[in-house]
Amino acid sequence: MDFFLSLLVKGLTLGCIYALVALGFVLIYKATSVINFAVGEMMMLAGFLITAFVGLYGLPLAAAIGLSLLLMVLFGFVLERGVLRPMIGRPVIGMIMATLGLGIFLRGFAPVMWGVDKKNLDLMLPAQPLRLESIVVPPVDLAGVGITLFLLACFAYFFQRTRSGIAVRAVADDQQAAMAMGIRVSTVFALSWALAGITAVAGGVVWGNKIGVDQYLSLLGLRVFPVVILGGLDSIAGTIIGGLVVGASENIFGGYFDKYVGGGLKDFVPYVLMLLVLMVRPYGLFGREVIERV
Amino acid sequence: MINRECGVFRTTYQADMSLYGVPLARITVAAFALFFALVFPFVVDHKHLVWANFAGISIVAAIGLNLLTGYTGQISIGHAAFMATGGYTAAIMTTRADVPFWVGLIAGGVFASAYGLIVGLPSVRVKGFYLAIATLAAQFITEWIINHVEWIGGGFQASIIVPPASLGPVRFDTELEKYYLVLALVVLAVVAGLNIARSRLGRAFVAIRDRDVAAEIIGVDIFRYKLLSFMISSFFAGVAGALYVYYVGTATIEAFQISRSIEILAMIIIGGLGSILGSIFGAVFVVVLPLALEDILEFFRGVLPVTDIDTFVSQLKLMVFGGLIMLFLMVEPEGLNRLWRNVKDYFRVWPFSY
Repeated sequence: MDFFLSLLVKGLTLGCIYALVALGFVLIYKATSVINFAVGEMMMLAGFLITAFVGLYGLPLAAAIGLSLLLMVLFGFVLERGVLRPMIGRPVIGMIMATLGLGIFLRGFAPVMWGVDKKNLDLMLPAQPLRLESIVVPPVDLAGVGITLFLLACFAYFFQRTRSGIAVRAVADDQQAAMAMGIRVSTVFALSWALAGITAVAGGVVWGNKIGVDQYLSLLGLRVFPVVILGGLDSIAGTIIGGLVVGASENIFGGYFDKYVGGGLKDFVPYVLMLLVLMVRPYGLFGREVIERV
Repeated sequence: MINRECGVFRTTYQADMSLYGVPLARITVAAFALFFALVFPFVVDHKHLVWANFAGISIVAAIGLNLLTGYTGQISIGHAAFMATGGYTAAIMTTRADVPFWVGLIAGGVFASAYGLIVGLPSVRVKGFYLAIATLAAQFITEWIINHVEWIGGGFQASIIVPPASLGPVRFDTELEKYYLVLALVVLAVVAGLNIARSRLGRAFVAIRDRDVAAEIIGVDIFRYKLLSFMISSFFAGVAGALYVYYVGTATIEAFQISRSIEILAMIIIGGLGSILGSIFGAVFVVVLPLALEDILEFFRGVLPVTDIDTFVSQLKLMVFGGLIMLFLMVEPEGLNRLWRNVKDYFRVWPFSY
């Protein structure tokens, strides 16, 4: 039982941090219906930026994170204007390929700029893990959960209470109706990319601290898909649930059955789970049921 | 292909669908065939012959994916999985059952197309992004199975050594012999691709791509043709995978990872969706460009202000590759094939362009 509990807690904290990455994906999809295959790479870029500011230019951590936030928001704007706006109205494959191409480009670009070696992103967290009887939670994971919950609270406030947040939701609901009500759709698009930039920085901080910053950080982007399919592509609450389910199941399956199949179930279970969900409920647990059926 | 089509006015559907657009095309196609069979392999050196072989294998795979994605409009981000199926089928059959090369090749294609049928099943229910994700899942699951089922992959990160291909008394050992093998299969793939595209099958595919509901109303059985498209496409991929395994001499999972899937997708995007000629352009472009880039940078070794040139080159290749995909999508979404058509159209009535 202890073993199970510790696996579960570990999986849930992991899932929370997965959800952090998935949040960037869902925000973009919700508002602009762009499928962003480069979430992982944007996160990697943010991680590289922070470590570069700290390591190469000697800035304090807070300033480095602030600057990276600014740069990533800018990056989001440029990306939206330059690459993705021309894709509007084209077949889905164009969008998928454009973001895939962007991801490949960034995976080459960041190491060329800042080197291929793995960099530490030290958040100066206390080394002492949190102990609950036999369950041990490292401070990195706690920080990750904290940041995720904080961001979620911020987004919930933003979408429910602020004017621009409601505008984003209106555009997500029906672009033409939103336009008719006097909402500038282009501003909303830019805004959602800016939000995606912010989540990329948050993800970069947490994951960079957890596994170090190098080009392999971008691989986490691929973990996003089981999470978002499970939760529903356009549901923010769904990403959390999806993240928790994926994190917990991969940890529990890995913990119990890895020894029978020679390991690696972590990379296998989420996708099988995703395929099953795709067959039964293609719009996910909380997604809007407007998926185009054949 | 390179003929000027000046004054060609097709008045029947028959003429519009013919393999050779103008009578002269027979001669130019024959000339091209002769050039690649008799001249090309003897004027280039060994290194460029290797490039040509890799490009040839990629052409087979790219034509397959283009039939699926370009013609039928079904996205697959898991094509390397089908290549892996073909490659491992061929490798296992030749090493354990000692079957001849051609049996391994065909078996690779057949097994891959059976696998493609299974992976394609979600396409009956979902499309667009959801299908892309389903094929992505297939890619990861295939990678995992090959890595973890010892009977197939030979253990974690292992590889299977495959003897070189042979047909009767002929062994394809040297680069030149392999070139002819690859060339023969490329010709077969191109002819098959062109004929599929211009026949009833291809028209059904295009109808599904352009508007699936309308296709169903005019009597195209969507269920059947989508799965057929998946099967044919994976057959090509499986043959390409088997060919790759015979060519390189080992079957490893490294050759069939997600990056390979993206590479094949990039080939048909850069070459031109829905065009066999475009698949050829794209495959050659995507294969040769990084190799050529490597050569160019090698030339500048010592001049460049970087210490570790090899990693620099590999990173730069990624940048160029990703940048090109974005550039083509933004500037010329119809790819190299469109550029080629533009050139042809310019010369169509040249020099009296009025």
